[in-house]
Amino acid sequence: MKRDIILSGVGGQGILSIATVIGEAALKEGLNIKQAEVHGMSQRGGDVQSNLRISSAPICSDLIPQGAADIIISLEPMEALRYVPFLSREGWIIANTTPFVNIDNYPEAESVYAELRKHDNVILIDVDAIAKEIASPRAANIVLLGAAAPFLELGAEKFEEGIRSIFARKGEQIVEMNLKAFRAGYEYAQKHRR
Amino acid sequence: MMKKELLLGDEALAWGAVNAGLSGVFAYPGTPSTEITEFIQMHPVARERGIHCRWSANEKTAMEAALGMSFVGKRALVCMKHVGMNVCADAFVNSAMTGANGGLVVVAADDPSMHSSQNEQDSRFYGKFAMIPTFEPSSQQETYEMIGAAFDFSEKHQIPVLMRITTRMAHSRAVVEVGEPRPQNELKYPEKPRQWILMPGNSRVRYKTLIEENKLFEQEAERSPFNRYCDGPDKSMGIIACGIAYNYIMENFPEGCPFPVLKLSQYPLPTALVRRMASECGSLLIAEEGQPVIEEMIRGVLDTPLPIKGRLSGELPRTGELTPDNVRGALGLPAREVAPASQIAQPRPPALCMGCGHRDMYTALNEVLHEHYKTAKVFSDIGCYTLGSLAPFHAIDTCVEMGASITMAKGAADGGQFPSVAVIGDSTFTHSGMTGLLDAVNEGSNITVVISDNLTTGMTGGQDSAGTGRLEQICAGLGVDPAHIRVVVPLPKNMEEIRRTIREEIEHKGVSVIIPRRECIQTAKRHNAKK
Repeated sequence: MKRDIILSGVGGQGILSIATVIGEAALKEGLNIKQAEVHGMSQRGGDVQSNLRISSAPICSDLIPQGAADIIISLEPMEALRYVPFLSREGWIIANTTPFVNIDNYPEAESVYAELRKHDNVILIDVDAIAKEIASPRAANIVLLGAAAPFLELGAEKFEEGIRSIFARKGEQIVEMNLKAFRAGYEYAQKHRR
Repeated sequence: MMKKELLLGDEALAWGAVNAGLSGVFAYPGTPSTEITEFIQMHPVARERGIHCRWSANEKTAMEAALGMSFVGKRALVCMKHVGMNVCADAFVNSAMTGANGGLVVVAADDPSMHSSQNEQDSRFYGKFAMIPTFEPSSQQETYEMIGAAFDFSEKHQIPVLMRITTRMAHSRAVVEVGEPRPQNELKYPEKPRQWILMPGNSRVRYKTLIEENKLFEQEAERSPFNRYCDGPDKSMGIIACGIAYNYIMENFPEGCPFPVLKLSQYPLPTALVRRMASECGSLLIAEEGQPVIEEMIRGVLDTPLPIKGRLSGELPRTGELTPDNVRGALGLPAREVAPASQIAQPRPPALCMGCGHRDMYTALNEVLHEHYKTAKVFSDIGCYTLGSLAPFHAIDTCVEMGASITMAKGAADGGQFPSVAVIGDSTFTHSGMTGLLDAVNEGSNITVVISDNLTTGMTGGQDSAGTGRLEQICAGLGVDPAHIRVVVPLPKNMEEIRRTIREEIEHKGVSVIIPRRECIQTAKRHNAKK
């Protein structure tokens, strides 16, 4: 079992929480994990990414080689595009459709979607809308995790365990909210995968 | 009992140090080293044991305090980013002369590719320069084990040890098996007290010993478990892989590397192992993260008959981090087939947070300077407010190193520049700005110093700042006329007052200090959440 995952977004969107839940699930499975994060200056509203590698075999590099990622999980559509050279030919892109526009030259959203759809395996999902509707806007990142979960080769229950243990100290209500968000994303992906 | 934890390299190092009987960590925040000290601050064992873990004013005070703790026999850790080594260099280099008593380990976290730094200097140079043994881990687990070994080494040989990590080690998580803590050392004074007094007579004696002992350190490196010679069938090339460069090489050979590989993680350079590889292989590839330190040592000035490949020869990139991809050419492997990069994805540079006080400070400063002082120059410094150089502000002319804003403004004023404005943060001011301000006061330099005070060390995530609540007293104590120490609150509604204050203080012939003070909105959010 091997999954090389690129998580991307804009500083402050919460990609590291997604990584933490996947990491927790993989740790419970007894898998090897490497997860390179971005801290410091780039966190201030700039593009951020994390390379997350989980595998039953030992992992050498903290960085994912180009053309090797099994999945790009992005909280922002243009930020998904940035990492396509890392995606393997059979790899999946799971991306939020809500643009985060904090630069003047942000491209037309439609052209971003069109370029994303050129890839064979892509799920575009408005996680902000889903989160708002069923849980809370703050759970948008967990909706996205749910949408990515069917492609991560770890059982959905492992992620739910991960969510429980990570959000436990914030109270049962927060745990339930995130579980709901996770399931909504999961169902969306199952329905929309080609 | 061993337990498995998912830890950042920084955290593995911190935990390893705590378990190695640490008595104190001394540090100034700096990416990518900050999480080491933060982890110790949060660690229950650290609290139980009363391990010192308060932030120091700068890397030099941290290094000196750690040397003092080592003097009395306790184990001390110093952590900093690579450029912090420049700040503490005097103490660091001379600590090789005093030697250590209690284990003393200095961690320098280098930042190749400059993710959050102004240069990519390689701290291994400092190890060689000071003749201090240097350790460089290749994995998070090795980091955990190595820090304990480094403390043991330091005590065994009575010498400080430099541990060099890089961003990808510091800020990457992996599963680490951690053990139990050993007790702290008891108070115990140095057995050779003379070498702690670095007067010429003592130093001349000590220097010869240090040179002799370096032969011993090299022998230790020859048989270190962290340095491994793995033979391979294809002797056309031998690979010397330092620290995490080893991972990028091995990533490309999932079935095992066909070439002999010397994994190097402990210096001084084990020359016997290098000679063995040179005698058995047709060429050498030297893969090292950062600068070509080892490649230069092996290559020397005169060409050897043995082809040596690396960052100097161009087989590996001269600058930036190594990756699993950019080492492939040097290994004789074809580039991987990849999808072309998107043409429409635009760069997204970092920016000051919305609602940040630095924004209001720059807005006011820009308005005053654009309207009244077309010839103004703004000398800035290291921190979030360096982002004032980007759109929409374009407000600063320089950013060099910690504290340079005030002294460069002074030098420019000495050269006839007017207005000469310095913009520095509160934490950077107490790190290295205060002495420069004293120079300016002593000469009555015509400069305007803006200390943009957000009550924290913001860029690194909101650590305590050494002078919080006392900036006016510090400036007055250094001799700034209290009438020209002006505090404003950087908010849009105060814009007119801020502009007027800036204008008045620029017109004042002499040193003036303006302190726009409002809490960092990131730390304010955290404080509000706690309430």
